Amino acid sequence: MSLDILDQFHDPTLCKSVLERLCAALNGQPLRFMEVCGTHTVAIFRSGLRSLLPKEIVHLSGPGCPVCVTHEAEINAFLDLAEKPGVIIATFGDLMRVPGSRGRTLKAAQADGARVAVVYSPPDAIKLAAENPEATVVFLGVGFETTAPGVAASIKMAKAQGVNNFRVLSFHKLVPPALDVLLSDPDSHIDAFILPGHVSAIIGLEPYLPVAARYGRAAAIAGFEPLDILQALLFLAECRRDGRAEVANLYRRVVRDEGNAKARAMLAEIFVPADALWRGIGLIPGSGLEISPQYAAFDAKRDFGIEIVDCPPLPGCKCGEVLKGKLAPNQCPLFGRACTPAKPVGPCMVSTEGSCAAYYKYQVD
Amino acid sequence: MSDKVLLDYGSGGKASQRLIGELFLKHFDNPELRRMNDGAVLSLPGKIAVSTDTFTVDPIFFPGGDIGRLAVHGTVNDVAMMGAVPRYLTCGFLIEEGLPMADLERIVESMGAAARAAGVWIVTGDTKVVPKGAADKIFINTTGIGEVIVDPVPSGDRAAPGDAIFITGTLGDHGLAILSTRQGLAFETPVLSDCASLNHAIETLLRTLPDIHVLRDPTRGGLATTLNEIALSSGVTCEIIEDDIPVKPEVRGGCSLLGLDPLYLANEGKFLCILPEAQAEAALKLMLANPLCTGAKRIGTVLANEKPDTPGRVLLKTGLGGKRLLGMLEGEQLPRIC
Repeated sequence: MSLDILDQFHDPTLCKSVLERLCAALNGQPLRFMEVCGTHTVAIFRSGLRSLLPKEIVHLSGPGCPVCVTHEAEINAFLDLAEKPGVIIATFGDLMRVPGSRGRTLKAAQADGARVAVVYSPPDAIKLAAENPEATVVFLGVGFETTAPGVAASIKMAKAQGVNNFRVLSFHKLVPPALDVLLSDPDSHIDAFILPGHVSAIIGLEPYLPVAARYGRAAAIAGFEPLDILQALLFLAECRRDGRAEVANLYRRVVRDEGNAKARAMLAEIFVPADALWRGIGLIPGSGLEISPQYAAFDAKRDFGIEIVDCPPLPGCKCGEVLKGKLAPNQCPLFGRACTPAKPVGPCMVSTEGSCAAYYKYQVD
Repeated sequence: MSDKVLLDYGSGGKASQRLIGELFLKHFDNPELRRMNDGAVLSLPGKIAVSTDTFTVDPIFFPGGDIGRLAVHGTVNDVAMMGAVPRYLTCGFLIEEGLPMADLERIVESMGAAARAAGVWIVTGDTKVVPKGAADKIFINTTGIGEVIVDPVPSGDRAAPGDAIFITGTLGDHGLAILSTRQGLAFETPVLSDCASLNHAIETLLRTLPDIHVLRDPTRGGLATTLNEIALSSGVTCEIIEDDIPVKPEVRGGCSLLGLDPLYLANEGKFLCILPEAQAEAALKLMLANPLCTGAKRIGTVLANEKPDTPGRVLLKTGLGGKRLLGMLEGEQLPRIC
């Protein structure tokens, strides 16, 4: 897609006309919407769109930042692993500063001599493993349906290439079960959802149908440009105005309704669904991905005997409430005081896609 | 000389002498260095400005430059930003044993050329060679001394409400050139470092418009960090217009691929100039006349803080017409998950 076409998606005049239609559709009624993707969170803040939204719109950021929903026990597990001799941790950069218990981070572990490599893609980690045959390279598999197929492919690749010192610590999470938890919570007052663009490119429209059919809420798969987001909000407001509950794919230039069957087949081959712990939310049945027995040789959990056991959250940290849309980031007592990007208490403040970090970094008032 | 730098070259003995004579003197030659004393004796009229910087960069050779050039440009620029004309440099080399002599010569030759172009003499120096693994190839420290030509000097705490904010060209070129080389990424349009000595451009500006309030080169941390430092020191709000910030399309594209923000990437050949509105037009004309500043643009205005006694901050007016903070980064930018 050429940049010129993308330019139109943040054309101020077009955006203004959609904003006007949005105002009219809202008809003075508040609309509480949640986006379930960290990239949307950042896009809404970065573009300045948040400062332009009508006052009726209440913007909530959901559990859509993979770093933010990584459970404390999972963070501690990879920090423990980093301290083991003979282990090289390969990770995306986001996880470097995430604090575990006792203020540990991968960055600090690295300064203490742990071997930690920031990689741009899982195949980089395979290369690292091939170059360091004496060590075990553990790739930290954190991410949603978007990231998981690439990790799955890398496990296949490692097997095919005979790179036997490559492991994956799979903490992948699935979006639809989390939506189900949010929607069945009687305390969460969310009128409508903007659904993740990248995740939907893999899973398609079908997994979201219960949002409307079962819970009576409107939802839209949207892209990440301001016009994409505004168009989705307009759709959600019109649904509400007309008393419709519908799920729509408004990101057709990237997302096919049926998703990406090839990527899903890759996931099904390498992983099996499993229960998973989400930070601030707790155990969600069937919301994780574990490495299937056929590829057990690449499973870091099995190799290092790692068990993820629920543990109490850090005192005072309201990440859970923020992730469920019950609290705005600046309503957390720690926000901007005990918890800042310099000294984050929870991952919502450390991840670039975390709602607390976005709020701290971009929000003017 | 051998084809690799050996520990002997830092011993102070004959090998060291050979390195100085056959390499450093050859490329840095000037009357003061030629005396081969323990130090240099210099004189400058009036106030002097001093700045020091240590350069470590991986890779040491990158598209558009190398560590040697960078070590000259970086310090020359820091001295110039103080309202001074840089005259002399000192340099210290920390070399890892085993560095190919050809690499060292390439670096030293490049430093010599950069110093001549900037019109500064490298008047004294030092070389240490450390065992393999104790350093990464080569680290260079340079200290610059310059003659201050304005009073008061430009300073980060002098930005005043109403001042115009200029940047002299596209942002993020150096940072992306380094990061993409490190990642082994090749772009369709190669991204080159912008590293250059800005002292001549600064001197022209200062001689014509001595009341420039702030001069800064947005190196590490990029434009966003530098503007925040200025806003905090001066206790003002810097309002920046997103659409007016110059970024090359290939840099924007590369950043989007790597999950980086060009406003936080290092620049090595651009400077920020903040001065009274009344002189804005004249300043822009002067900048545009310099070949290193042909991309100069006004990017914003200094405003008084909305509430007095609050710390300074940087506001970005987005292309969409919205407003958001343009904050400081906590540490280096890290690639993200998706």
